[in-house]
Amino acid sequence: MQDIRTLLNQRILIIDGAMGTMIQKQKPEESDYRGTRFADWHKDVKGNNDLLSITQPEMIIGIHKAYLEAGADIIETNTFSSTTIAQADYDMQSIAYELNVASAKCARAAADEYTAKDPTKPRFVAGAIGPLNKTLSLSPDVNNPGYRAVTFDEVVEAYEEQISGLVDGGVDLLLIETIFDTLNAKAAIYAIKHYFEKKGTSPLPIMISGTITDASGRTLSGQTLEAFYVSVMHADPISIGLNCALGANEMRPHIEELSNIASCYTSAYPNAGLPNAFGEYDELPSETAAIISEWAQNGFVNIVGGCCGTTPDHIRHIARLMENVKPRKLPLMENEI
Amino acid sequence: MRSEKPHIINLNNHQTLNTIKPYLRLSGLEPLIVRPETNFVNVGERTNVTGSKKFARLIKEGAYEEALSVARQQVENGAQVLDVNMDDALLDGVQAMTTFLNLLQSEPDIAKIPVMIDSSKFEIIEAGLKCVQGKCIVNSISLKEGEEKFTEQAIICKKFGAAVIVMAFDEVGQADTKERKVEICQRAYTILTEKIGYAPQDIIFDPNIFAIATGIEDHNNYAVDFIEATREIKQRMPLTRVSGGVSNVSFSFRGNDHVREAIHSVFLYHAIRAGMDMGIVNAGQLVIYDDIEPALKKLCEDVILNINNDDNKATEQLITFAETVKAKGKEIVKDERWRKESVEDRIAHALIHGITEHIDADTEEARVKYPRPLDVIEGPLMAGMNIVGDLFGAGKMFLPQVVKCARVMKRAVAVLTPYIEEEKANNLKKDGVAADSGPAKILLATVKGDVHDIGKNIVGVVLGCNGYEIIDLGVMVPADKILSEAIKHKVDMIGLSGLITPSLDEMVHISKEMKRLKMNIPLMIGGATTSRMHTAVKIAPEYDNGVIHVLDASRSVTVAGTLLNKEQKITYLEDIKKEYNQLSQDFGNRNTGKKSIPFAEAQQNHAKLDWDNTQTLKPTFTGTKIISPVSVESLIPYIDWQPFFITWEMHGKFPAILEDEIVGTEAKKLFEDAKEMLREITEGKWLEARAVLGFWPAKKTAADSIKLTADKKEVSLEFLRQQSKKASGQPNFSLADFIHPNQEDYMGAFSVTIQGTEKQVEKFEAQQDDYKKIMIQALSDRLAEAAAEWLHQEVRTNYWGYAPHEKLDNTSLIKEEYQGIRPAPGYPACPDHTEKIKLFDLLGGETATEIKLTESLAMYPASSICGWYFGHHESKYFGVGKIGRDQLEDYAKRKKMSLEEAEKWLSPVLE
Repeated sequence: MQDIRTLLNQRILIIDGAMGTMIQKQKPEESDYRGTRFADWHKDVKGNNDLLSITQPEMIIGIHKAYLEAGADIIETNTFSSTTIAQADYDMQSIAYELNVASAKCARAAADEYTAKDPTKPRFVAGAIGPLNKTLSLSPDVNNPGYRAVTFDEVVEAYEEQISGLVDGGVDLLLIETIFDTLNAKAAIYAIKHYFEKKGTSPLPIMISGTITDASGRTLSGQTLEAFYVSVMHADPISIGLNCALGANEMRPHIEELSNIASCYTSAYPNAGLPNAFGEYDELPSETAAIISEWAQNGFVNIVGGCCGTTPDHIRHIARLMENVKPRKLPLMENEI
Repeated sequence: MRSEKPHIINLNNHQTLNTIKPYLRLSGLEPLIVRPETNFVNVGERTNVTGSKKFARLIKEGAYEEALSVARQQVENGAQVLDVNMDDALLDGVQAMTTFLNLLQSEPDIAKIPVMIDSSKFEIIEAGLKCVQGKCIVNSISLKEGEEKFTEQAIICKKFGAAVIVMAFDEVGQADTKERKVEICQRAYTILTEKIGYAPQDIIFDPNIFAIATGIEDHNNYAVDFIEATREIKQRMPLTRVSGGVSNVSFSFRGNDHVREAIHSVFLYHAIRAGMDMGIVNAGQLVIYDDIEPALKKLCEDVILNINNDDNKATEQLITFAETVKAKGKEIVKDERWRKESVEDRIAHALIHGITEHIDADTEEARVKYPRPLDVIEGPLMAGMNIVGDLFGAGKMFLPQVVKCARVMKRAVAVLTPYIEEEKANNLKKDGVAADSGPAKILLATVKGDVHDIGKNIVGVVLGCNGYEIIDLGVMVPADKILSEAIKHKVDMIGLSGLITPSLDEMVHISKEMKRLKMNIPLMIGGATTSRMHTAVKIAPEYDNGVIHVLDASRSVTVAGTLLNKEQKITYLEDIKKEYNQLSQDFGNRNTGKKSIPFAEAQQNHAKLDWDNTQTLKPTFTGTKIISPVSVESLIPYIDWQPFFITWEMHGKFPAILEDEIVGTEAKKLFEDAKEMLREITEGKWLEARAVLGFWPAKKTAADSIKLTADKKEVSLEFLRQQSKKASGQPNFSLADFIHPNQEDYMGAFSVTIQGTEKQVEKFEAQQDDYKKIMIQALSDRLAEAAAEWLHQEVRTNYWGYAPHEKLDNTSLIKEEYQGIRPAPGYPACPDHTEKIKLFDLLGGETATEIKLTESLAMYPASSICGWYFGHHESKYFGVGKIGRDQLEDYAKRKKMSLEEAEKWLSPVLE
C-alpha cells in the first residue's frame, strides 16, 4: 500500500465525519446496545457507543462504509471512549482491550473492501484515542485545586491498553483527538512511545488533533494554540490539527495560525457549525464544505473532514470541493538560527 | 516573544512557503520561543527550597497556597521561566513537587510561563514532568553516574518532550576549566543527538558557575572559564543553549546585596556577549549595567575577568570596597512610578486601579490647584470615572473593580464636600441663589415589604460611577414615599428593586400611582424576581411614560444614559413599547404546550411513596429548640460560592470561574477579598447565626392538608399540587404526599438568621466604602444559606437522625444529594408565602426566631432562611407550576381566604 505521506504531498486527504451522530440516527435502544452477550449486564449500557462494535458490528461497518462511499480516505475507529477509565461509567473496564480490537476490525474490514474496489484510492484506518472523562491538569474538587482525580501513570496505563488493542486490530495510524487537556495528550504520546519501544517495532504514524473550546483561542486547560503545539511537538506527529467545539467558520483563524507554525501536515475536522438552542447542528453540507474549501485554497490544510453533527453528505460535499485544490506544502525546515 | 512571524520565501511556482527555524521552544499556557533577539531568558529562582528560606519554610509548613505567592511575585518581576526545586532532606520531594506543581496549574497568571523542574534526584524530576502540560526544562541530568544512567534519564525526558539542562559533570567530577567544560558538553551532545535523537535546540548546557573572589587563587579564573567555555560551546554546537546559576558567582559576598547585584550584572554582561542564553537569577534584583557606579563596575570587571588580579589584588580591592558599602536592606518596592505623574493622572490612576492610599492628599492638591472644588469633581474625577465607565462598558473591567473605583471616588468627594457646602452657603449669602443644578438624579428603592438590597446597592454604585447622583431610599419603601421623594428632589428617573414575588404587585401598584400623579419620568425595574416578560405584561401597560426592565447593573448604565439623552429617549421608549406590546401579545396568544388536568384528577394522581417499607422515625425531640449563637467559623465550609459570584455579576461555575479566561483574575481577587473579610468577621466576631428548629407529629387530614400537633394547639398546613398533564407513570406532586397517608408521621420546620450585618453595613457606609458594604451583605446571604445547609445536616444526622451515618462533602450538599428536603414557603414546591406565618408561629414567633415578617412576608433581617423539613427518602424538590381555577377555589376555601386574597398571593402560579 502507498505511504500516506506520498498521498499527502499530492492531494488533500479526507477524514470521515461524526460516528456518534450517525449512531443516534439509527436510534439504538438499550437492548441493541446489550446484544445477546450483555443481555444480563448489571448496568444500563445505552449510550456506550463503542460497545456497538462488539454487539452490532454491522451497524458500525455500515457507517464506515457510508463515509468511505462519500469519499473518505481516512476513517476513524469507533473507540473514542474505549479505555478502562472511560468504560468505568458502565463497569466495562474489563472489555476495554476487546472493544479496541473489535472496533479496529470493523473499520479495517470496511476500508479493505473499498481499497480493493479501487486500489488507486487506498483507504486508511485511524485508531481514535479520545480525551477521557478525567483530566490531569484540572481539579474536579471545588475546594482543592491541587487535587487530581487520576494520575499520569494511570492514564498512561489505560491508553497503552487501548493502543495495544488498536494495533492488534490492524489500524494504520493512531489519532489522539479532541484534546482539551494537553497533559492527557502527553500521557497518550508517552503511552505510544512506551508501547512501541516495548514491542520493538517502528511506531505507527501519529496524528494529533486538539480542541479550541471557544473564541478565546485556548484549550480547556488554558493553553494558547501555539503553546499546545509546542507541548506535543515531541510526538513527531505526521499531522497536527483541530477538531470539535467550533464550526468551520470559528475554526478558521486557528487553523490559519497552525498552518503557519506547524512543521508537519495540518488537519481540521470542525463541527457542522455551532449547535442551535436544542443542541442540534444544522449547518448544511454545502455550507460546511464551502468554508473549508476557502481555507484549503489559502493553503492551510492537508487533511479535512467533520466532527459533531457532520454526516456522509457533509463529507461528500467536502471531498468534491477538495478534488482540485492543492494541499498545503510542508514548510522548509532550516538548520541554522 | 509570542507568536512566530513566518518567514515567507517566494518559490518559482508562485506558491509561498513557510520556513521554520530550529529555535528552542518552550511552553506554559503560553509559548516561549528563544530567538536570537530574545537576548536573555530570566529564570525565576525563589521557588527553590535550597535557595529561599521563606519558600522552604512555607513548603515545610504545608502552606502551599502562600508558597504560590512567591511564584507569582517572580512572574510579576519578569521571570520568563520558573525554576522549582524541592530538594530538602526533611521533605518528601516527590510529594512536594507534585502538590506544588498541581496547585500551580490552577493559577493562570503563573502557569502561563514554562516550568523548569529542578532536582538532583531523578525521581523528583519525573514526578514533576507528570504534572505539567506545557513543555518544561529538566534541570538537570549529567554524566556523573556514567553513560548508561545518563542515556536512560534522557530517554525518559524525551518521552515527556522536555528540554534538558546538561551539567558539565562526568564520572571524574564537575568541570572547572574551560577545556573540561567543553569536552564534557561535547560528549553529552554526541550521545543525545546521535544515540537518542534529541533535537539540538532542546539541549541546554550548564557549564558550572563557581564562586570567585574567595581568596583562593585557584578560583580567580572561574568566571573566565565559564565565559570562554560558553563561547566555545556555542561555536561548536550553535543550536544548543547555555544557562547557569548566576548567584553562585558572588557567593563570597553574601550579605552584601549591593555588591552582589553589581557582580551579577557585570558577569551577565560578559557572559551574554559570549553566548549565555538564560540564567537562574532573581529577576527583581538586577541592576542595570550602565547604572552601576563606575568605581564598583571597574572592580567587578577586574575580578570577573581576572585582570590585575595577581596575588588577589583585584579581589582584595573589591573586598575593601564592599566593606565601605553599607548593606542596605532591600524592601519590596511597589510600582510607584505613577506617583510622579501630574495630579490629574494620579487621580485617574487611583480611580482605575481602585487605590485609596493617596486619594485624600491628591484630591486636596487638586482642590488647591483648581478654582472651585466642584471643578475637581467635574474635571479630573469625572475624567477618571469616564475611563472606568468605558472600560466596564467594553468588558475590560468587572463589577468588583468598579465598586472599588467607587470607593476611591467617594473618598475624594468626601474631601471636597465641606468646601462645596461652604461655597454654596457663600453663594446663597451673596446672591440668594443656590449653585448649579448638577448631574442627573436617579432615585432607587427596594419596594414595600421587601428587604433585599444588594442588587440595588450595586446598581447605585455603578450608576454613581457614571456620574449620576443617586438618591437611595433603602429597603421596604412605601409607594407614597418613593413618589413624594421623587417629586421633591426632581429626579430624572426611578429605579425599583425586589427579590420576592409579592414585590411584583407592589411595582404594578407604583406604576399605577405614577400615572395617577401624572408623572413623566421613566421607571426602571430590576431585581431577581422581576423579568422582561412580567414587566411587559403587567407593569408597562399601567404607565405610559417609560417602563424598562433592566437585567443587571451593567445594563443600567446604558439604559440610564439613553433615557437621559433627549433625542435618543423618544425613539428608545417607542422601541421598548413596541417590543413590550409584542411580548404582551405573544404572552396572551401563547400556546404553553403544557396541558393542565382537572384538580380532582391531579389529586388522584398523587405521588405513591413506598410506605410499606418505610419505618416512620420519631425525631429525638418534639417541640422547638433554639441554637444560638452559632459561630460563623463553623459555617464557612458550608458556603456555596457560585451564587456569591453571581451577586457580583460574574456568571460561571465555581471554582472554574477563578480560572476563567476573561473574568478569572478579577474573580480570584474578589474571592481573596471575600476570604479576607470572612477572617475579619470571625476574628472580630462581627456576625453570628441564630437557628431555631422544631418537630411535630404530623397527620394527613386530606389530600393536600397536614395537621401538626404542637404543644397546645393544632396547626393545619395547606399545600398546592402540580396540575399539569404528566407522562404516564409520573405523579402530580404535592408536599403533602411526603407524609404518611394514614399513620402518625413527623414534620419539622426551621429558621436561620445572620445577626450583626446591619451594624457593619452602617460602619462601611460611614467609611464611604461601598465595596465592603456590598461584600458583607453578600457574605451574610451566603452564611445564611450555609447555616441552613449546616442545620439540615445536623437534623439528618442528629436531631431527627434518620441518616446518622451520612458522609457528604460540600459539593454533594450543594447538589442536594442528601435524604429529605427543606422547601421554603414562597418558593416553587410551596409557592404560597402566607404559610410562612404558620411556620413562624410554630417556631415561637419573633421572640424565638428574632426574625420579623414584613407585610409582603419577606424576612427581616434580609439574611434569613426558613423552611419545612420532610424526612422521607423519596421526598424531593419540585415546582408546583401553574395551577387551575378549580385548585385556587379549593385552596381559598381550605385557607379560609377570600378568592381575591388567594388570587393576590398566588398570582405568580395562576394560569
